[in-house]
Amino acid sequence: MRKLKEFIIEKLIFICGLASIFFVVLIFLFLTKEGLAVFKYVSPFDFLMGKSWYPISEPAQLGILPLICGSLMVTLGAAIISIPIGIACAVYIAEIAPSKIKEVLKAGIELLAAIPSVVLGFIGMVTLVPWVKTVFNLPTGLTALSGSIILAFMAMPTIVSIAEDALYSVPKSYKEGAFALGATHWQTIYRVLLPAASSGIVAAVMLGIGRVIGETMAVMMITGNAAVIPQSILVPVRTLTATIAAEMGEAVVGSEHYFALFAIGIVLFVISFIINVTADLFLHKRH
Amino acid sequence: MFKKAVFILVLFLSTASAFAAKDDNSIQIKGSDTMVNLAQSWAEKYMEENSGDFVAVTGGGSGTGLSSLISGSCDIAMSSRNIKDKEIALAKQKGINPFEIKVALDGLAVVISPANPVDKLTLEQLAGIFTGRISNWKEVGGKEARIVVLSREVNSGTHVYFKEHVLRSNNASGKEEFAPSALMLSSSQAIADEVAANPSAIGYYGMGYISNKQKTIAVARDEKSEYVSPSIENVLSGKYPISRPLYLYTNNQPQGLIKKFVDYTLSREGQEIVVKTDFVPVKK
Repeated sequence: MRKLKEFIIEKLIFICGLASIFFVVLIFLFLTKEGLAVFKYVSPFDFLMGKSWYPISEPAQLGILPLICGSLMVTLGAAIISIPIGIACAVYIAEIAPSKIKEVLKAGIELLAAIPSVVLGFIGMVTLVPWVKTVFNLPTGLTALSGSIILAFMAMPTIVSIAEDALYSVPKSYKEGAFALGATHWQTIYRVLLPAASSGIVAAVMLGIGRVIGETMAVMMITGNAAVIPQSILVPVRTLTATIAAEMGEAVVGSEHYFALFAIGIVLFVISFIINVTADLFLHKRH
Repeated sequence: MFKKAVFILVLFLSTASAFAAKDDNSIQIKGSDTMVNLAQSWAEKYMEENSGDFVAVTGGGSGTGLSSLISGSCDIAMSSRNIKDKEIALAKQKGINPFEIKVALDGLAVVISPANPVDKLTLEQLAGIFTGRISNWKEVGGKEARIVVLSREVNSGTHVYFKEHVLRSNNASGKEEFAPSALMLSSSQAIADEVAANPSAIGYYGMGYISNKQKTIAVARDEKSEYVSPSIENVLSGKYPISRPLYLYTNNQPQGLIKKFVDYTLSREGQEIVVKTDFVPVKK
């Protein structure tokens, strides 16, 4: 009886384990089936390199280059802001902070991760957007920069917690060795600990970026959604995710617009897949 | 364990039957954001008078409403534009036969910030601004400042109407598009807020959203014509150049409960609600 119970539970867990893979495969198949249909209307080159996104015109112009550039611009901005702050924060928590401050900081960062993105977007719209407009003296504050700043807040918790883990897992003997050789605390951190934890830190950065590029609601609310190839970070941009979210409701099922949105989904899937695989490679290099 | 299962089953069946029973006297309405407030007011008054009937109204844009009608997930679609041939063909494929009912008229107001000195424009100037040909306010008699063009997203009937009737000046084979640099905002309220806060912004939306935080622009067909501001009288008399019909679409000619509701919207009471929500009635 006990053996049977054990057996059933084992199999159940096994099925649960398989389920996630099964769902990923199903999603991928559906995405490919619906997305690839767009290439009946437009060549892959024109789709990826086309500069005009007018999906409901006759004939529709389905070029997603401005959207790809928009996504990259916002992500790059968010990375530039969140990576230095995130890593510095992780170093402080892991190495310098006294245990009381450490607890407070960790709780604060977990709290930051728990804020829903629509709330961050809303706060950004009310506070950050007017601020960006006045500080940079722009015609409008709905810009890639506003999106980058808000997204940096979202990437930070991921970066901090994973980078902090990586720093912890550096063997204690490394640190002791450095001290024994007469290195100061700071020298130990940036000459010994950071290089030793580098693969974990790169993984942290990659996962943070993965979070940013897939984010939708906040960017849709504060980046202005204008489909132009951005010349600077101070202009409105339209991201891949915001395009899908804003237009999916309208697209007539089975139209070229509908297929194009799924094809954008494939592009996003490929981008985040590459990012995750890179992060994984670095994470496993450590062991 | 067994008891629990039975309990859950009973609970499930009772909710299912409750839903099934409710289905007989409930109407799902979906579509144009412009018409949401109007339809909501109709629904409230209608339900007051016909207790037991249930009308649910959701927005999402004209395209969303029509595609729900086609997929059978709503009973009435609200639309601020005519149904497209493509959509009719798709509906026919799914065995749906869209039937059009004109329920109100709407003037599209072009709005700017009260801090902006410009107060009148011709249709051609508007087309120039929204396509990006005119990019500075001083070209149309304003201050030296870049124009920030605000538009609705493509799922909006307002977007489609404005493109066809202002940008392409009713020329069906026109190729004009909104400037790529135009900001696409997801609701009329978002446009209203941005216009109120930004002295160099220009946007457009249904007359229902006009408030004293924005300034409406008087529009003329061409330079020689009279500049007309968007008001109920001007839309009704046909003087205001950017006005459009608002439609309800049903599957086949409305029947039963749906007919009752549609008749209500066209009744004198229903048309009074049209006036109250700042639209223009089709029947006196």
